[in-house]
Amino acid sequence: MFGWEFPPHILGGLGTASYGLTKGMSLQNDMDITFCIPKPWGDEDQSFLKIIGMNSTPVVWRDVNYDYVNSRIGSYMNPQLYYDLRDHIYADFSYLHTNDLGCIEFSGRYPDNLQEEINNYSIVAGVVARQQKFDIIHSHDWLTYPAGIHAKQVSGRPLVIHVHATDFDRSRGNVNPTVYAIEKNGMDHADHIMCVSELTRQTVINKYHQDPAKVSTVHNAATPLSQEIMDIVPRKRENEKTVTFLGRITMQKGPEYFVEAAAMVLARAKHIRFVMAGNGDMMEKMIKLAAERGIADRFHFPGFMRGKQVYEVLKSSDVYIMPSVSEPFGISPLEAMQVSVPTIISKQSGCAEILDKCIKIDYWDIHAMADAIHSICTNDSLYNYLKEEGKKEVDAITWDKVGLKVRKIYEQVLNNYR
Amino acid sequence: MKTICFYFEIHQMFNMKRYRFFDIDYDHYYFDDFANETNIEDVIAKSYGPTVDALLDMIYNSDGRFKFALGVSGTALELFEMHAPDFIEKLKRLADTKCCEFVAQPYSYGLSSLYDEAGFVDEVKRLSKKIKQLFGVSPTVFANSNMIYSDEIGSMVSSMGYKVVLTEGAKHILGWKSPHYVYNSAQNPSLALLFRDFKLSDDISLRFANSTWDEYPLFADKYVDWIAALPEEEQVVLIAMDMSAFGIAQPLSSNILDFLKAIPACAAQRGLGFATPTEVVRKFKPVSSIDIDHPISWCDEERDTSSWTGNVMQREALDKLYSVAERVRMCNNKLVKQTWDYLQSSDYFHFMSTKNTGVGINRGIFDSPFDAFTNYMNVIADFTARVNSLYPEDIDNEQLDALTQTIRNQSVEIDTLTKKLAESEKKVKKLETALAKAEPKPAKTPKATTRKKEE
Repeated sequence: MFGWEFPPHILGGLGTASYGLTKGMSLQNDMDITFCIPKPWGDEDQSFLKIIGMNSTPVVWRDVNYDYVNSRIGSYMNPQLYYDLRDHIYADFSYLHTNDLGCIEFSGRYPDNLQEEINNYSIVAGVVARQQKFDIIHSHDWLTYPAGIHAKQVSGRPLVIHVHATDFDRSRGNVNPTVYAIEKNGMDHADHIMCVSELTRQTVINKYHQDPAKVSTVHNAATPLSQEIMDIVPRKRENEKTVTFLGRITMQKGPEYFVEAAAMVLARAKHIRFVMAGNGDMMEKMIKLAAERGIADRFHFPGFMRGKQVYEVLKSSDVYIMPSVSEPFGISPLEAMQVSVPTIISKQSGCAEILDKCIKIDYWDIHAMADAIHSICTNDSLYNYLKEEGKKEVDAITWDKVGLKVRKIYEQVLNNYR
Repeated sequence: MKTICFYFEIHQMFNMKRYRFFDIDYDHYYFDDFANETNIEDVIAKSYGPTVDALLDMIYNSDGRFKFALGVSGTALELFEMHAPDFIEKLKRLADTKCCEFVAQPYSYGLSSLYDEAGFVDEVKRLSKKIKQLFGVSPTVFANSNMIYSDEIGSMVSSMGYKVVLTEGAKHILGWKSPHYVYNSAQNPSLALLFRDFKLSDDISLRFANSTWDEYPLFADKYVDWIAALPEEEQVVLIAMDMSAFGIAQPLSSNILDFLKAIPACAAQRGLGFATPTEVVRKFKPVSSIDIDHPISWCDEERDTSSWTGNVMQREALDKLYSVAERVRMCNNKLVKQTWDYLQSSDYFHFMSTKNTGVGINRGIFDSPFDAFTNYMNVIADFTARVNSLYPEDIDNEQLDALTQTIRNQSVEIDTLTKKLAESEKKVKKLETALAKAEPKPAKTPKATTRKKEE
């Protein structure tokens, strides 16, 4: 598998999904997974799969001794693997900027020279594909599609790509042609395309002109939360309710609809507070909007949340809301439901396809949004029902089932490939 | 002779409009009149109209041998009066044939039988009165909304003077017993119970046009053969369904009305007859008595009340609604009382059902149970505020009851006193005339009357 992120060092939902999926698939005993990421940190959980760091795979031959390699990459890779990979360097890449091990450095993030990193990732993938033995290639998101295609061409094994998002979701229609080209190329070369929702599947079919027969929907699932998180004691104020928005404050997430709905609720009910946690290019605009509506005293912007903080905020909430304008899947409502928080999501989110015990509204329908918020905050029975049934529902959405589904697709692809 | 007893239910609720929480306190009208009108016109054109025509034909063609029972809810009648008065005329024609027995039920087609005893009694009486007004007959048979029945309801109905109740032949109640007999209530032996044969009923109302059903296509002779083939001793078959089964649940294009029309002739060939519930009970004596501790209904596989009271939201909505029941009854505000009738319809609670029955619920404008709940609670919030505004806030129900009781007692007392006064005045006049004849100028009696007035 080629991926870009892997927990604990993640920047978005992609890492969480990659982890959950591989963990769910690893429950099948005859499945061995090798996961390639640009830059391992050493604290990844490798109990159920093997991680290859692209920044530790040599593309230029260097004579280095075992102990030195061990001291450099031993925390996450077997040094022997370095030598094995070194035997498969397939071309002269000495013109590239490499380090003392003959490896290319990766940031593992989304830097400005992302294009270059994607290209380098693909070059390194060629080495990996020559050395590793595998039955199928699985590429997560467009960053790794070129690598997948390269590996397919080198090894002759089938390629499955996993679409976690398309550029149409990220850009609201103003597609970056370079990104589109990479995505389209990946889809054209893929033997099968997995999408995280039917919504995404339709985008792939209609906007990328793919054959519907080779595109299928594989919904994400929820990873059980650690005991540490479950033990967080929520801080709730008596006689006050908290409504939380958590995510990047960008156009895609529909923050302005949330502010408008909040203003409508506050015009009638004073006992509700609103929280917009996160960061993003629309943050300042939202602060201004809240002030303009005269609700700044009850509308809070705590900024970017990280790790445990996320769950502290979630657990202290009475309502979680995700009014996304376009969301390929959206894993955060599942997390909110896992900690028993009633959830409101937009119908334009992929996760709406598999969730029933939550309130679904159109992102633009601020009246419905305000009504739903007000209803949960004033009617205890609705609050309790969504809280309990929501948790039950989300606990039944597990990655091992997704793993089986993926396995079925693999088998089908392999059968057709022979 | 085996007897078939048909029972058709006509109920339509008032369509609730989209009512957001910011409408609370500002907008006191909760219904969508346009939707009401189009809905009524639609259901009459597609279903009720042609079905009642067919029933009339069947009665005429069989020289009155075809008979059945009919239940019409108060809300439906009001909607017909408003939007389709000609349909009321059609129902009157049905009543004139004397082959159609009108059945008593709660006015609102709601769940007051489970939540509000006094309100239930009042509702049933009001519907009977309305039926009497419109169709000139007083119902003597009772069939609750959605055929909900339990011993408790039986006691209430029995004390109101009804002798027959139609209800669901629920398997978990009857067990090995057959629904094809007349039973009586163990608690109220004078109350006869007729149980619906849900298999034969659902064959028409649920499966008739289903081409994957293994008995499809169903013809009248086959259907009547099934009934004729029942054991000799099983004499009564109650087939009950919502009238919208014809035309809405099963499209008219499936020729379901031709099927219905063919039944009387097929039955006559096989020596089967038809009867109204009253005639059935007159003809057959109860074979055994039955206990029903928990309410049953004709809805869903469970045949209980979980379609309306199954989840916490439904229960909260019902509790909130009936929490003002007493105050509504005490008040004299006509508009409030009218709205109270409309708001009780069981449909609103069905919309909030989260049961996964495999059959989708048509929730109208609401796209989820939560949506239906939110809308209803907003309406209830406004409605309860209106009801409470009729009374001082700091008085609780009991005090209020005591006060209104005093007022009521006073008015009763005033009534009796004025009656007495009138009587004594009459007496006085009589005496006066008597005296005038005998002796001019009597003095004592008028004083006594004035004193009484002061009391």
